[in-house]
Amino acid sequence: MDIIKTEKLTKKFNNFTAVDNVSFTVKQGEIFGFLGPNGAGKTTTIKMLTTLLNPTDGFAEVAGFNIITQRDEVRKKIGIVFQEPALDNQLTGKENLDFHARMYGLDKKNRKNRINEVLKLVDLEEKKDVFVINYSGGMKRRLEIARGLMHHPTVLFLDEPTLGLDAQTRRAIWEYIKKMNKEEGTTIFLTTHYMDEADYLCKRIGIIDQGKILTSDTTSNLKNSVGNDVITLSCDDLELLIIRIQKEPWIKNLKIHDSFLTIGAEKGEEKIPVIIEIARSTGLKIKSISLRKPTLDDVFLSFTGKNIRIEEPEQMFKKMVRRRFRGR
Amino acid sequence: MLGAELQAIYVMWLREMKRFSRSKSRIVAIIVQPLFFLFILGTGLSGAVLPGMTGEYIDFLAPGIVAMAILFSSMFTGISVLWDKQFGFLQEVLVAPISRLSIIIGRTLGGATTALIQGFIILIIAIFIGVKISSIAGLILTIIFMVLLAFTAVGFGLILASKMRDFQGFQIIINLIILPLFFLSSAIFPIQTNEKIPDFIINASFANPLFYMVDGLRGSLTGINAKFDPLINLVIVFVICAFMMSLGTYFFSKSEA
Repeated sequence: MDIIKTEKLTKKFNNFTAVDNVSFTVKQGEIFGFLGPNGAGKTTTIKMLTTLLNPTDGFAEVAGFNIITQRDEVRKKIGIVFQEPALDNQLTGKENLDFHARMYGLDKKNRKNRINEVLKLVDLEEKKDVFVINYSGGMKRRLEIARGLMHHPTVLFLDEPTLGLDAQTRRAIWEYIKKMNKEEGTTIFLTTHYMDEADYLCKRIGIIDQGKILTSDTTSNLKNSVGNDVITLSCDDLELLIIRIQKEPWIKNLKIHDSFLTIGAEKGEEKIPVIIEIARSTGLKIKSISLRKPTLDDVFLSFTGKNIRIEEPEQMFKKMVRRRFRGR
Repeated sequence: MLGAELQAIYVMWLREMKRFSRSKSRIVAIIVQPLFFLFILGTGLSGAVLPGMTGEYIDFLAPGIVAMAILFSSMFTGISVLWDKQFGFLQEVLVAPISRLSIIIGRTLGGATTALIQGFIILIIAIFIGVKISSIAGLILTIIFMVLLAFTAVGFGLILASKMRDFQGFQIIINLIILPLFFLSSAIFPIQTNEKIPDFIINASFANPLFYMVDGLRGSLTGINAKFDPLINLVIVFVICAFMMSLGTYFFSKSEA
């Protein structure tokens, strides 16, 4: 059964198209990831699916309800963890959960049981009576995830769930996400620009760039589409080398990025000598060559022609500016 | 369905109460400031004769200070929606399966309650230091005016919060709109009954919604120095309140997180 179904979902802000004819489906019980750089339209898509923004065009169904005409039904079925913390700092962790429970109409007995349940799920039982202002970034995230689960949502939206967290905390958050998917059977829709996160958590992903969805498939299928092995090499004249080897029948995929050439192929270890032989006969000198299993990075590269990591410095800058602004 | 909405209204109100009771500095600041006005102006100008005023100055001043306490406190809670916007909490509220109207009602009740608590503290202190009360019926009417003033000011705060992006504009609004309106409301000195004040200021003050509230409060609490009959003021104030609340509700429901 499809929990989320979108058809040609589009959002325009004045002349800028943030989300452009996006169609995809998310199946019940799976973890589906939206992978793309910043500004790709991930958050805008989430805001439309959670009824916070109206689409300009197209339509979507969440848990069987239309996001435009059945807003209230949709809202009852979803939980959401926003990219920016959305907690009341002046309340305790438990009070934040209690607020949420009452907003979703849980009765007294349910509230009490459920608060304890979700606190246990994210290991925050001991901190429940501490004011949120004293929580660390990771604890806030955990509390938000717990809150998102309070009302037994059919689908939980996570917008960049580990943005700005350290490596250890990220791992822990991943474990919580997997745990709740397994124990509560909650369907999860998450957005991320971290390849490792998408790879580790998601069964299926959609790659989104500049508002358009480029592909959507299981992570293993996507990786296989690049080739079983990825050979990365650099040499003094890449263009010439490409002309010489592009006719080879075993090449599945060929991409230049920066000063490197990546080749997707089966049995890569046997192809390295072949490449070196071709290069030598052309009089080219290979500076370096390496072989590895394909990652989502390679998938992203092959679909967009650019590496997602290029976005990182800009991302750091943005975050710094935001922190300063929020610090005031 | 209705039960869920009522519970949401209750929890919005409860949140305001908790936040209020926990921010000690806010309580102190917002209660002490009107008290300073009451005591310093009240004792400093005691025995003074202001043109257009009859009786003791403290009797004239007390209703104005009660109005001031409620006005600033409720406006602050209306504005505090802006905090929720900046800290992202507003999204959590807006994505809940609750109508916007319930969210606004809960918030307004919360804001009005905190404002009224402060108003009552000032009122009780004023009575304690000897401000003359006209009658029990007058006192009840005073309370009605206080409630209406609180709701009006929360509504005004909501309009500002929906239209502003950050707190930069807040100070400007206070200095350029609220303070002139407050001074021209006859809260601390008489305007309409003072013959020496130029006509255009008197005429302008009739366009000031705050004037009717202060005048109504004064007329019902002390029964002297009021320009209009309190019941006429009541009708005018009620219309202003309804208008401000609907406008606030409209702007808030239009705003996106």
